[in-house]
Amino acid sequence: MSERRGFVPQVLVVPAVLGLALLVVPLSALIARVDWSTLWADITSPTALSALGLSLMTAAIATAGCVVLGVPLALFIARASGRVAAVLRAVVTVPLVLPPMVGGVALLFLLGRNGWLGKLLGQVGIQVPFTTSAVVISQVFVALPFLVLALEGSLRATGVGYEQAAAALGAGRWRILWRVTLPLAAPGLLAGVVLCFARAVGEFGATALFAGNAPGITQTMPLAIYTAFNGAGVSQGTAVALSLLLLITAVAVLLLVRAWRPTPAGVR
Amino acid sequence: MRRTSLTALALAAAAALALTGCASNDTAPAATPTETATVSTLSGSPTISAAASLKAAFDELATEFEDANPDVDIQPISYDGSSTLATQIIEGAPVDVFASADEKNMQKVVDAGLATEPQLFATNVLTLVVPKGNPGGITGLADLANADLNIVLCAAEVPCGAASATLLQNAGVTASVDSYEQNVTAVLTKVASGEADAGLVYVTDAKTTTDVETVDTEGADEVVNKYPIVTLTGATNPEAAEAFVAFVLSDHGQKVLSGLGFGAP
Repeated sequence: MSERRGFVPQVLVVPAVLGLALLVVPLSALIARVDWSTLWADITSPTALSALGLSLMTAAIATAGCVVLGVPLALFIARASGRVAAVLRAVVTVPLVLPPMVGGVALLFLLGRNGWLGKLLGQVGIQVPFTTSAVVISQVFVALPFLVLALEGSLRATGVGYEQAAAALGAGRWRILWRVTLPLAAPGLLAGVVLCFARAVGEFGATALFAGNAPGITQTMPLAIYTAFNGAGVSQGTAVALSLLLLITAVAVLLLVRAWRPTPAGVR
Repeated sequence: MRRTSLTALALAAAAALALTGCASNDTAPAATPTETATVSTLSGSPTISAAASLKAAFDELATEFEDANPDVDIQPISYDGSSTLATQIIEGAPVDVFASADEKNMQKVVDAGLATEPQLFATNVLTLVVPKGNPGGITGLADLANADLNIVLCAAEVPCGAASATLLQNAGVTASVDSYEQNVTAVLTKVASGEADAGLVYVTDAKTTTDVETVDTEGADEVVNKYPIVTLTGATNPEAAEAFVAFVLSDHGQKVLSGLGFGAP
């Protein structure tokens, strides 16, 4: 049946193809620069594996943190009145439009040695900059808005109708949350989680300024790639190999998540 | 009706375009005689990429060069780690002059066929710096092995990082480093702001801010970074570029550099 094709004007295929090309062609140029003879050695070098492991671990923890903090926030924004919701949504969007480096500076001024929170923590013996926790905090800061906004949009769209029905039938708040609200918002939640993870893995600016760059502790993949790329010559092959590794990992994660996506009833 | 208004719009646009072509030409500023005896005929907008440690020196030299050559307008100079700049140049950045903080990174550019015969114009040595008040109680290089302190160094492929590694190796110290920065200014900033307890920067960098103190560094005089400068073969402003290089190498340029703490080449 040709109903699915719809009635899109034919000429729009040109900008569509250009848009796709803009995304795909640079990646193909990256793949073309790979030095296949040293690729395996570069990818399995201690630097690469430690950076990849650190990136995946911190991004996973950061995503978990975003879910724990972001879901309640999204719920409150979605159920708040128009004006309050608009203000909250604007506040949540700020880290999105802020250059990540500025986020890093802000975190440093708060949690660094001379920041008021940093000083308090310092008195208890806790130091945040230059630690893996700093990496996770930076990633949560930049990735949380993605999860909140994606989920909030989905929650608002589904509305409170089903929740009201459940309450009328005698369900308590927690039961409504687990059995009605979250399952209905699952597509938005999943999209938010994927975006959040992707953003956390790719985070560079805030991490570089706030957490620092130490192999094994704070040198995530983006930092390792940047460090390798700046040392031109031999190291550049490492940079390209690491970029390819990150690209493959990202694609693998996306495919994995798609495999888990719940298919809405009645739609193939 | 619509056709005529469209045509009118098109004619108006064409007229506007034609008029801009006839707009008053910017007459090239005549080389008016200044107080100096010779009139400079140099012109152009050369682009310069220089190592981060050269910021104070080259900003001053660039201003003096522009004053002596009124038709030359030096583009804002790119200061960064020499390895970053070398990579940019090799990947095609349009640069006229490159001043590196060590010969290794200059050699990368020469090997790529983009420059020939660089000349040495300065040298620099490292020093241990600590935040004002020395909160970490650093007395020498051996303290860098203390894991409880926040130590920041330049990354290994950056000139000051390579020098730091040699210095520490000579002293037999294995530093417990908390962050490797991409250029020496980043190290200085982290120490000056108090986030790091100690770092290794050039003596010239330590002089640029009052927020750091230097600590006696044994063996620093043996690890010398030699700074080469070159005009790139693909330069779009070769005359102005060569003149600037000559200016840096001249007696006056050398006096400015040594006044800021650089050693003679």
